[in-house]
Amino acid sequence: MLELHHICKTFDKGKATEVMAVDGVTLQLEAGSYTVIVGANGSGKSTLLNLIAGSIYPDSGKILLKGEEIQRLPDYRRSPWVARVFQNPLTGTAASLSILDNFRMAALRKSPKWMKRGVDRRFKTTVAEKLTTLGMGLEDKLTQVMGTLSGGQRQAITLLMTVMTGVDVLLLDEPTAALDPRSAREVMEIADRIIRENNLTALLVTHNINEALHYGTRLIQMENGKVVRDFDNQTKSGLQHGEVVTWFDYY
Amino acid sequence: MDFYIAAIIQALCFGPLVMGLFLSMKIFNIPDITTDGSYTLGAVITAVCLSRGYGLPAILILSMLGGALAGCCTAFIHTRLRINALLAGILVMTALYSVNLTLLGRSNMPLLSHSTIFSWFSVFAVTDQNTLAVLIALSAVLFFAMSFMLQSDFGIAMRATGDSESMVRAQGVNTARMKVYGLAISNALVALSGCLIAQFQGFTDINMGIGIVISGLGAVIIGDTLINLLKIRAIPLMLGCVLLGVILFQLMLAVALGAGVDASMLKLTTSLLVLLIVALPRVGSTVIQLSKR
Repeated sequence: MLELHHICKTFDKGKATEVMAVDGVTLQLEAGSYTVIVGANGSGKSTLLNLIAGSIYPDSGKILLKGEEIQRLPDYRRSPWVARVFQNPLTGTAASLSILDNFRMAALRKSPKWMKRGVDRRFKTTVAEKLTTLGMGLEDKLTQVMGTLSGGQRQAITLLMTVMTGVDVLLLDEPTAALDPRSAREVMEIADRIIRENNLTALLVTHNINEALHYGTRLIQMENGKVVRDFDNQTKSGLQHGEVVTWFDYY
Repeated sequence: MDFYIAAIIQALCFGPLVMGLFLSMKIFNIPDITTDGSYTLGAVITAVCLSRGYGLPAILILSMLGGALAGCCTAFIHTRLRINALLAGILVMTALYSVNLTLLGRSNMPLLSHSTIFSWFSVFAVTDQNTLAVLIALSAVLFFAMSFMLQSDFGIAMRATGDSESMVRAQGVNTARMKVYGLAISNALVALSGCLIAQFQGFTDINMGIGIVISGLGAVIIGDTLINLLKIRAIPLMLGCVLLGVILFQLMLAVALGAGVDASMLKLTTSLLVLLIVALPRVGSTVIQLSKR
């Protein structure tokens, strides 16, 4: 589904602050796989996600999505196939717009936004039905502005918005880092369900080792811009929490 | 009484300008100073077209196209060359001064001998009533067009662009292009105001745009204060508040002038009035917090 070939990315090239964030990463993600990436701060995992999403471009290497090269496309032209949930719950939704308007944008992910009224009764019913699946009671608050919702609710809505149209790849950049433990668990469960139901190819970056072990079909550790450990579903299920912690204890 | 009717007429002439500023400042969060230049550009194009005997529709369309072009320039400088929006606006505004002077050929031009949009429509015997009728009709058209646009799919994308760029880019919207559209529409409306004012006051002056962005800003902030005070979420009501804001602002100025403020002090009065309007909600909330202690 998604292939990365020898991806390199250096920030501040030629300056004293030069840092090689991603150093020749080659990675193949099968359709329907759910890959978890762990790694210390600065190991290049968020940069890797940004490279796939298109908010930054690689210095060298290729990114193939369903066999097509996409590494030179800007983020808004990759978004028909690649959806993402951000670390900051405020980033994934528009705060001053209503829940309904946010969903309208998500529904038009693949199509141009014309000067016509798209939010009609049928659309409202569709959104309300989708929101019911979250079990947060949001289906009665369709016209409420997004800014009044909690971080957990906003992350859950961002997740739901990604599947308003059929995307192929879902990128989750520490989606629960800003949430309390209970909201974090809820959001992770919703993500897991959405990924399975829609057969998405997912990539999760996390610092939470429990999340990394509990979710996903593959586990990767990054260090200094390189993939240093790679476990498939079978070997991953044999991993212990304490063992993963030792990966980070190299001081 | 006539004095206040004149203030309302002036306010309605500023209606498109204030709608445009609401779009750029409140929807897109871009402080667009191009306004000073594009307002005069609208008036200049109107003067040139009137003196050449063009028809009214052509005058309105050409003025708005001129403004839109100016807005596009600012947006291109801001998005493609990544220059601060404030600086981009000042650059285009300064350049427009020369453009306006070249187009007009001199520093001012009287238009009293030409038939304008206000003389073209003559139903009422009293001139002021006639002018008011034309402006109310125009404001109504503008109001409905704007509220339709902002509630359409395109409008939602516009509002989302001003709100969270990363969110709307993730939904497949080219935010740079969106800003170009937004500033083009905004400045087209500003130029329409220039076009109306030139026809209403019967002349175009190269300096008529100086400080116009502040007058517009005052009205937008009154409207915004009303929106926050009444907790308004619906787009048509927001636009209504903004139109109410411009009328209130012009009436305040009229009261100040009526109370004996010298006409040469008009810009100073305007600035102080806007300062008061901007400061009042902040000072007010501090006072409320202190009184609760």
